[in-house]
Amino acid sequence: MDQPPASSDLVLDVENFTIAYETRKGDVEAVRNVSFKVKKGETLGLVGESGCGKSTIAFGIVNFLGPNGKITDGRVQFQGEELVGRSEAELKELRGNRIAMVFQDPMQALNPSVRLGEQLAEVLTFHQSISQDEAWQRSIQMLKRVHMPDPDDVMNRYPHQISGGQQQRVVIAMAMLNNPALLIMDEPTTALDVTVEAAVLDLIEDLKNDFQAANIFITHNLGVVARVSDQLCVMYAGQMVEKGPVADIFRNPSHPYTMGLLASVPRLGETKSESILEPIRGRVPPPAERPKDACIFAPRCDYVTEKCREALPGMTAVSSVHEARCIYALDIDTQKRTRKKRKTVDEKEAPEPVEGIGKELLSFKSLKVFYPQESNSVVSLMGLGEKKFVKAVDDVSVRLAKGRTLGVVGESGCGKSTLVKGIIGLEPITEGAIEFLGIDITQTVSARETNLIREMQMVFQNPDSTLNPSYSIGRQIARPIQRFKTVPRNQVKGEVLRLLKAVRLGAHYYDRLPRQLSGGEKQRVGIARALASRPDLIICDEPVSALDVSVQAAVINLLLEIQEMYGSSMIFIAHDLSVVRYFSDDIAVMYLGQIVEIGPAEVIYEPPYHPYTEALLSAVPIPDPDADQKEIRLSGNVPSALNPPSGCRFHTRCPRRKEMLPQEGHICETETPPWQTTEQGHRILCHIALEDLKSVEAVVHTDASAA
Amino acid sequence: MEGSREATVSAENNIPEVEKTGRLQRIRQGLAVLFASKVALTGSLIVLFWIFVAIFAPLLTPYGPLDQDWKAPNQGPSKSHILGTDELGRDLWSRLIHGARVVLVILPLSENFWLPGGTAIWGVLAALLVGTTLGLIGGYYGGWLDEIVMRLLDAMMAVPIILLYMLIMSALGASAINVVIAITIVGTPGIARLVRSLTLDIRTREYIRAAETRGESPWYIMFVEILPNARGPIIVDAMLRVGYAIFAMGTLGFLGLGLPPPSPDWGSMVAKGREFILEGSPWAALWPSIAIASLVVGLNLLADGLREESMRYQ
Repeated sequence: MDQPPASSDLVLDVENFTIAYETRKGDVEAVRNVSFKVKKGETLGLVGESGCGKSTIAFGIVNFLGPNGKITDGRVQFQGEELVGRSEAELKELRGNRIAMVFQDPMQALNPSVRLGEQLAEVLTFHQSISQDEAWQRSIQMLKRVHMPDPDDVMNRYPHQISGGQQQRVVIAMAMLNNPALLIMDEPTTALDVTVEAAVLDLIEDLKNDFQAANIFITHNLGVVARVSDQLCVMYAGQMVEKGPVADIFRNPSHPYTMGLLASVPRLGETKSESILEPIRGRVPPPAERPKDACIFAPRCDYVTEKCREALPGMTAVSSVHEARCIYALDIDTQKRTRKKRKTVDEKEAPEPVEGIGKELLSFKSLKVFYPQESNSVVSLMGLGEKKFVKAVDDVSVRLAKGRTLGVVGESGCGKSTLVKGIIGLEPITEGAIEFLGIDITQTVSARETNLIREMQMVFQNPDSTLNPSYSIGRQIARPIQRFKTVPRNQVKGEVLRLLKAVRLGAHYYDRLPRQLSGGEKQRVGIARALASRPDLIICDEPVSALDVSVQAAVINLLLEIQEMYGSSMIFIAHDLSVVRYFSDDIAVMYLGQIVEIGPAEVIYEPPYHPYTEALLSAVPIPDPDADQKEIRLSGNVPSALNPPSGCRFHTRCPRRKEMLPQEGHICETETPPWQTTEQGHRILCHIALEDLKSVEAVVHTDASAA
Repeated sequence: MEGSREATVSAENNIPEVEKTGRLQRIRQGLAVLFASKVALTGSLIVLFWIFVAIFAPLLTPYGPLDQDWKAPNQGPSKSHILGTDELGRDLWSRLIHGARVVLVILPLSENFWLPGGTAIWGVLAALLVGTTLGLIGGYYGGWLDEIVMRLLDAMMAVPIILLYMLIMSALGASAINVVIAITIVGTPGIARLVRSLTLDIRTREYIRAAETRGESPWYIMFVEILPNARGPIIVDAMLRVGYAIFAMGTLGFLGLGLPPPSPDWGSMVAKGREFILEGSPWAALWPSIAIASLVVGLNLLADGLREESMRYQ
């Protein structure tokens, strides 16, 4: 899409790069025969699932592989110089000077006990002979360049005193200080909230144009890579499977793995009723089990033939700049792989009437969950000080009908997890009323009746900690069955096997321990455990956000099937707006402990928007380089929930109030906004009149939303 | 697509339960860890040697530990007494391995009645029971309960260990069961601290939240959900503690606060024997000192080796 950069100097030329790790069982190749080139002022995206060797490549370029990693083959030419085989001292000269790196967690790149200014200045004084004063001044200049508010002040702060997004800006500033020829970024925005991520990506794009560094951008997120990359390399199991300009790959994916990746993520605006997500079956093979003389993707490929298992396919040229490691790259009809529409749309519109569907299942009114803030001052220790509360959930009211799914979205710290903890009874409720099945459940779980507890179960986020590592899968699913006496004692094992089958796991999983399972399988067991008590309401707290995209789709499909089968109601929490939109019937958008917008899913993603929802939507990375997305960036940070802003809580960051309200939206600072309701049952908490909000242009125009 | 997936599932169902993740496999894995580390292997050989001689003590020597040979006091190693004799002509090998018996294999309650399991082992087990319970409660509940329990244990840790042992033993009187009580009291705070810190970490895991949303009782969560996942560090710590306990028993015996005099106790053997070191018979003091040192070093090697090896696996 972009014109090729004016000067096409080659900065990095990697050829036949192979990296192995020494293990007890001998050397294991993590990266195999990877070749790519990066030019000045160009961004190369490296994309793939976990375990595909993306980060290993990044570390391999500067030979930073740890004690057991080694480069076994290939060459790396950086500005015409060979890097492989260089001494540690020579590489140290390069790192941080001509080659800079930015990692996922900024806190690991910053020393927590040294002021930011000293850390920034050190980068300059270490590599160049300049005075401390000059280094300090140039650091401030660079902080200004990365749009850091109040840079003089930031120089004197410690890393923990600024927010995560700002920390990442400092790390990027640090990387750019020596004007590096090559900038390697390894998942630089993965740990950030979506609105912060969007701003950091803008910055990266901006810096690329100014400094003309060659960038390598590593991520698992197709949306992010579509936004920042010029060239794209798709990695699978240590091999490069597809390479080419980003637009070509997204428009015409030629390797079945790339097609699979694109088919397994929901586009923003897609829904469960109109399209099906297609997961890639199986899992990425561990490095020791990767065949050397066959297509590595063959076991998971839908187009596999005998020929694929006979030899390792080479790169087939799809066009002069685009190639894929598949012998059928030119033959596979990519049109057939475009998203399948759900066939049974009509049947789904009128499902057979399950008893009680549509009846109210759960409702809460003016729910408040506050945490007392511990203060260490002497006054408060004596109990005299004014008690402060973190208002994690403040005045939230929702109704959920039976058989429906409520999606809750919002950035971290908006109170969505606390809300769920309050409902399920893990956190005491400060004020308000919750009714579940017509029974008041304002007490915590220990005070609830067993019959009530079993009707509400939860699916958790982290597959690695959702199961107790000490017990077999069978025993962990059996426990809730025994506890709630779902079936007679002698039928427990049969019930466990039935549940395993329901989540598409075989009976041989019964005796396995959690560590023998992959992330997706663990998540399925977690779902089976939640289903074991046959609950009316299943609360899913980010159930797919820790999974690889190809596995995500399978878990989402499973949850949908289960909902269809059992007629369960669900509360689905996620920060990924595309996933929430796909999965939910109703959506609530939370900001700083309050719901700011709620309504049926179809109307939330169309105007009228709450200004916050609008900003969120415009920040979502869309896996389509041609998508036309409005650019709205929020300024500032999420205010503290200890002392939320007066009037409308969003007024400190609202980009709309000044242009759409009289007196520059003075009313937002003083008065609590009213709920405004449209005819579709869509409610928005805002001072701006519905008519004005409706006149706003839609944020995204993609093929999906047009269709 | 849908149909093929069904087919694979049912094919998998037909597989009989081949995989035995049973106890046998776990034991084999444990042994693999042991054999992978030379340090742990050396330690376990030393410890196994002492356990072996302690169990079969009556069969390994013709002499009883209290039999006196008036004609041969304070002798060096010879054919009839392989390690020599003490000042009363008692066979040192016999006294040494019967001493190991008290430490590792039997707990004498009275003259005719004893329990299986050595004094040091019982002491550490009792300390584990009390310390683990207190640590779990403190770590899981938190708040003022944790505060009270931990401050009390801190106060105990502030007293020097030798002094604490002497205080307890002089208050209770010298007997094997009182040694167990002393080891328990002295060992509890350290174990409680360890278990508490492990609990603080484990209780944040999502499977604990899953148990809470099932409405499980706190005792179930503490002992069934949390404790098994803390077992690794606890086992390593317990091995080290057995070493400390043996050391403490030696010290108490040396000071005359251990087992009552005629019984074969390593500490009191050293105490008696040291009078004759300068007179040219160092054997009575030397052998029990070596015994204590080797057993403690052996346990330390075993614990360190296991810890390092299991860390390397992660």
